[in-house]
Amino acid sequence: MKIRFSRICMYVFLSFAAFFSLAPLVWTLISATNANADILRGTLLPGTHLISNFIRLNELSNLGMAFWNSARNAILSTFLSVLICSLAGYGFEIFHSKAKDRFMGILLLSMMIPFAAIMIPLFQLAANLNILNTTLGFMLPTLSTAFLIMLFRQSSRSFPREMIEAARIEGLNEVSIFFRIYVPTMKSTYAAAITITFMASWNVFLWPRIIMISPDSITMPLLISNLMAGYVADFGVIMLAVLIATLPTVIIFFFLQRHFAEGVLGAVK
Amino acid sequence: MFVAAGLIVWMNFYPMVRGFYFSLYRGVGAQMEFAGALNYLRMLEDTQFRQTIGTTFFYLLIQVPIMLITGLALASMLNSPGLKAKGFFRTAIFLPCAVGLVAYSLVFRQMFAVSGIINTIAMNLGIMETPFNWFGSTWSARMIIILGLLWRWTGFNMIFYLAGLQNIDRSIFEAARIDGANVFQQFRKITIPLLRPIILLTAIMSTNGTLQLFDESFNLTGGGPGLTSRTMSHHIYSTAFEALIPQIGYASAMSFVIFIMVAVLAFIQIKVGDRR
Repeated sequence: MKIRFSRICMYVFLSFAAFFSLAPLVWTLISATNANADILRGTLLPGTHLISNFIRLNELSNLGMAFWNSARNAILSTFLSVLICSLAGYGFEIFHSKAKDRFMGILLLSMMIPFAAIMIPLFQLAANLNILNTTLGFMLPTLSTAFLIMLFRQSSRSFPREMIEAARIEGLNEVSIFFRIYVPTMKSTYAAAITITFMASWNVFLWPRIIMISPDSITMPLLISNLMAGYVADFGVIMLAVLIATLPTVIIFFFLQRHFAEGVLGAVK
Repeated sequence: MFVAAGLIVWMNFYPMVRGFYFSLYRGVGAQMEFAGALNYLRMLEDTQFRQTIGTTFFYLLIQVPIMLITGLALASMLNSPGLKAKGFFRTAIFLPCAVGLVAYSLVFRQMFAVSGIINTIAMNLGIMETPFNWFGSTWSARMIIILGLLWRWTGFNMIFYLAGLQNIDRSIFEAARIDGANVFQQFRKITIPLLRPIILLTAIMSTNGTLQLFDESFNLTGGGPGLTSRTMSHHIYSTAFEALIPQIGYASAMSFVIFIMVAVLAFIQIKVGDRR
């Protein structure tokens, strides 16, 4: 009886949490298909205005351009930063020494530096390097993060050293050991790293807000933020823009969800 | 490896030092002149900045504990054996993490707009007579930011706890149950002590994130009404980039103060987390 009761409480609590989590998303989905007037009336049913909202969104903003900018920036910076950080994490763990461990400790301190504290000097740096409005400028500050290095370093702890030894005896050089043996073995860590990095760089707002000055280089988060600020009082159009901006990360999320938990677990252990 | 380390030094530590250097100056561009501690003295009398500090800490103190406790509770529920639809609940609660900060800020802004869905539903149900202007008062605006933060991040923390819980041998809970420990006792005596490192990690991450809050303040409430829901980062941004006369020196000084706060808080948390 007692167990039964607590079980029911659990389901109620979990259902409430799930409802709270899903309701805003469902509402976004519904609103994207409705005309402004219907949304204001408080409709909770899907409507038929998806296509007209889409057309209107394209009139109001340069959607294709922003989507392309976001995709290019996010994919390039995810690829490069996962590559750089995994190499570094591998190096720090496999060839580790006292000095390197201490150095890693210092690098970890950088995680405590708030972005607000460095954004002004970073902006000036980017301006001096002439990389405002470019992908390089977009990704430079986050190409290498202590968080990702640590993720790979911690996960490498469980990587069997004998495999490296065996490969060396086989005559493989260090570079191909990394790419042919390490990378395939650490799949779930890579999945977690890719998920985290892609989501972060797809959604980053403050940094592009500062350096993407030209209207041709804006990214999706800037586009939807501008739509809102631009007194476009058409909820349907804005919600559709939100939906389009959210879709890629949700897709990645569904593909890599399972690996995400495993990858993070491997690092926390 | 050295490339990565070099990039971190170049992109994090170097700007930090530069920022501190700027904070000692005032003026614009080429006319920067040395001001010593003047910017820091000015901060002491700046009620706006003090208000944004207060607001940010308000978010921190209300939101982080609620979120971590809820996340823990959800995780231990999802970890209990024999629960049905586990995958559904986990995915549903974790899903908000896939939504961008700006995107969800705008969704919440629409939902709580004067003619938004929340007011409409409340009026249809007869809870309210006239639409309530959620962003018109300080407290409701702040509450919406907190609600948004809870929505976005609870699932994220839950996943960390869940990963940790799955490492704990189930027989420990089994034994406790046989010994007559109820759910809450199990939670307090087993779950929390064994997850301590992960709780510490999430606490530091959340504190850090909340102190740097920007997107929500900028997009969800616009910092309003007035400046009452504005966060520190938002204030620095607007001082440095939105003001008619950009005050780089003063903004840098404020940034440096945030850095000190984050560092001190993280240090305290690590000390407290280690001691027990």
